[in-house]
Amino acid sequence: MSHDAAIGEGILGRSVPRVEDDRLLRGEGRFVDDLQIPGALEVAFLRSPVAHARITSVDIAAALALPGVVAVYDGASVADRVEPLLNSEELRVPEGIRANIDPIVRIQPSPLLAVDEVNYVGQPVAMVVAESRYLAEDALELIDVEYDALSAVLDPEQALVDGSPLVLSDAEDNIGVHIEHGTGDVERAFAEAAVVVEDTFVSQRYVASPMECRGIVATHDPFSNQLTVWSNTQTPHRVRNHLASAIGLDPEAVRVISVDVGGGFGQKGILVVEELLVPLAAHDLGRPVRWLEDRNENLMAGTHAREQVHHIAIAADAEGRILGVRDRMIVNLGCRNMVGLVVPYNSLCHLVGPYRVPNLRITATGALTNTMCTAPYRGAGRPETVFAMERVMDRLADELDLDPWELRRRNVITPAEMPYRTGILDRRGLPQEYDSGDYPEMLDRIHKMIDLDGFRKRQQQARSEGRYLGLGLAMYLEATGLGPFEGAKVTVLPSGRIRISTGAPSQGQGHRTTFAQIAAESLGVPFEDVELVAGDTRDIPFGVGTIASRALVTAGNAILQAATLVRERILATAADMLELDPEDLELLGGVVRPKGVPGHELELADIMRALPVTPRGSGRDSLSETSYFQPPNYATSSGLHAVLVEVDPDTGRIEIDDYVVVHEAGRIVNPQVADAQIVGGTAQGLGGALFEHLQYDASGQPVTTTFMDYVLPTAGSMPDVRLDEVVCPSPTNALGVKGLGEGGAVGPPAAIANAVEDALRPFGVVVHACPLTPNRVRDLVRATQL
Amino acid sequence: MADSRVRTATTPPLLEPSAWHEIELEVNGEIVGAQVESRLLLVDFLRHRLGLTGTHVGCEQGSCGACTIIIDGQASRSCLAFAVQADGASIRTVEGLAPSGAPLNRLQEAFHTEHGLQCGFCTPGFLMSLTALEESGEVGKESIEEHLDGNLCRCTGYVNIKKAAHKALLGTSEEAAR
Ligand code: FES
Ligand code: FES
Repeated sequence: MSHDAAIGEGILGRSVPRVEDDRLLRGEGRFVDDLQIPGALEVAFLRSPVAHARITSVDIAAALALPGVVAVYDGASVADRVEPLLNSEELRVPEGIRANIDPIVRIQPSPLLAVDEVNYVGQPVAMVVAESRYLAEDALELIDVEYDALSAVLDPEQALVDGSPLVLSDAEDNIGVHIEHGTGDVERAFAEAAVVVEDTFVSQRYVASPMECRGIVATHDPFSNQLTVWSNTQTPHRVRNHLASAIGLDPEAVRVISVDVGGGFGQKGILVVEELLVPLAAHDLGRPVRWLEDRNENLMAGTHAREQVHHIAIAADAEGRILGVRDRMIVNLGCRNMVGLVVPYNSLCHLVGPYRVPNLRITATGALTNTMCTAPYRGAGRPETVFAMERVMDRLADELDLDPWELRRRNVITPAEMPYRTGILDRRGLPQEYDSGDYPEMLDRIHKMIDLDGFRKRQQQARSEGRYLGLGLAMYLEATGLGPFEGAKVTVLPSGRIRISTGAPSQGQGHRTTFAQIAAESLGVPFEDVELVAGDTRDIPFGVGTIASRALVTAGNAILQAATLVRERILATAADMLELDPEDLELLGGVVRPKGVPGHELELADIMRALPVTPRGSGRDSLSETSYFQPPNYATSSGLHAVLVEVDPDTGRIEIDDYVVVHEAGRIVNPQVADAQIVGGTAQGLGGALFEHLQYDASGQPVTTTFMDYVLPTAGSMPDVRLDEVVCPSPTNALGVKGLGEGGAVGPPAAIANAVEDALRPFGVVVHACPLTPNRVRDLVRATQL
Repeated sequence: MADSRVRTATTPPLLEPSAWHEIELEVNGEIVGAQVESRLLLVDFLRHRLGLTGTHVGCEQGSCGACTIIIDGQASRSCLAFAVQADGASIRTVEGLAPSGAPLNRLQEAFHTEHGLQCGFCTPGFLMSLTALEESGEVGKESIEEHLDGNLCRCTGYVNIKKAAHKALLGTSEEAAR
């Protein structure tokens, strides 16, 4: 079917400059806070100042009396009206996983506002609605809450120890998830191994930090009885469905529109209580209500991510062929399990990545702690698990005195083995199968790009001069194009222009451009004639959203399907008009004409005008088709990062001399956009490798709640990432595409840690965790000298 | 203030607890008169009272640069200034770079062709810091790096932003970055 995509302008695969840029460059973006909605009230939240406490009283009277304050909500005033929040679709444990693995999955619903207990610093306790945010914040000062402190637990491993304080006082223990899964005979593999390496690798807590914080505006129109919500969500249909059921409305009566979004990275893909409370207030008050999270709130109480501990062991024969891997991972879920199996299972099934591992045993335990909840952030469980695997691979190489590149070469799955079954179940509960890929080729490319042999010589030379160079590799896979479905509606407008609607909005990925490329190509119309509405629930009834490297695969193929149907209908209608056979017609450049007969051209607008009076038009007054694509399997992308560093053992400074990424994501629709996704992701991974750490103090206070304390990469800290790509079209979909949104973020922590350890090998340093700040590096060096 | 060219921003109906001030300033070449309360941030004044929403708020802490505007020729964080402090000042925001209908300016065009923006939220801040640099007459590889370091972008990884800045200000995108 992929030949269909060759119809048209040959625009698929070209670096078309983005259509979305012009507005944004003129300051005419429409982000949530840019929408001018007359009479909008503003919201501020009172948040818990303590990690764990019983609430003994809440007094809102003084706040309510402040002029300009319109309403104040506390736990008691919403608890009997709205059920606690549950990201319910995450609750389902797929049949295959239930039957074969039988994991423990407990999801603790979040009260919209704390009722008699708070469980982390930042938890919403009261909501003020006022004429302005300034006044709402004034009113927060007037709310009197009394807390009775309870003991808190912050460390996930400690939380799992018997007798540890309970994170939620009414729970039986602090376990949110427990999974045991594997394949083969791990005990035997370890018993027979020539070499075994065992160590602990930790991924610190770091966060999405989109430049635009969360925001939502809601208004209730009494005329249409419609609740309209503008949100910077990644998943508008989920928001609609949750809202409707929370407030007790028909989903039809709720319209969610995603506007310009200033970055999401997963953080805007999960429903949070604030998103239910704001529309609830709008519905109650009959006025527009807006909430814009501030940076302090975002760092403290926007979903966090990444924190995991891996106790991993690897067994190999004398040639370095992997015989088995054992991993016990602990995931810090924060105070509630928000998304069920998602992150722990993602970590589990991405652990061994591109390597042939015949024997595997993994246990993953999600622990509750008195911290903000963790949820998916770009890569969702992969950077953490890849950190453990790629670090232990380098430890193994060291043990065997093999070059890390060579060790990888000996263990990667080859194209001849594709599709490859790993022996474990994927997240849907089906046998995990990699669809396509060429990992040896990636290794070869990297070898050339960094001139591995030359580098090893330079490294030796430098060491003799007291300079420390290092090479770090990190390889990973990404199961992309997650289902269950995404839809697209393709419509010919009366003007002859084409409109596509889909449930997958853009948070900067450039959907308006890439989706239009797909539609233009498959219809046979000029790219300029295509426009996109993404993420308006009134335009398309069902949708999932833009998360988990899925939009291009799912929405892209839905667009292809719908466009193909529309094309057929256009040709059939034109055939009626011209009294010819549809087979004798072609649609090219936006006009229909008899094949090879110039002169008889029909514009799409002509066909639209004629449509109501043709037999085909009767009963169907438009050329519009909606189609849903359900991916049959994951499309497996992959990547290989290589970084060359120089480390100064005295100052701890890491200088990145070269950073190279080879990626494989199937067929590429817009190379410029694709490359930029990889680079942007890489920057976020580098942030995690070098700077970013969301820290709590011993009492559970987050201490990194500004960008002065929580350090993001800047232009000066970013190397000029060099890219190369391998193309293995995915056999799982007609476009042959794979997702790549998250991949870049997965490699850097492992690559950098491997490079730093390689550089500091003369000192015998072992890197167990990131971020590798100058202090941390100096400490590592000093520790070896004691 | 009696000048008919003077645009008067609407004053919110509500009496807020701190003092009010009359201010007059120039914004993108237009004279604006307004009543503001002491604590009103300049960025909120621009965005919510004048409707110039191109200037964005990313942190309100002075560290992200999304709110960068040009005050009397200097790139400044509008989240760190009060509106009342801008009395008598001349201010330029991203909306002033290429008036509606006019083509994008060279810097904006370079961001477009080099794909220097993804979500575009940080973009106005970058454009304004680089504009101030360009007008200072101190453009060079180093000063570009220095200026770029004052703005955070979470999407692009900066590589294409560097290329765009080099292309527009130095006429070459070749050896951008590093
Ligand atoms: S909003 Fe002003 S510097 Fe971030
Ligand atoms: S383009 Fe999104 S923050 Fe810079």
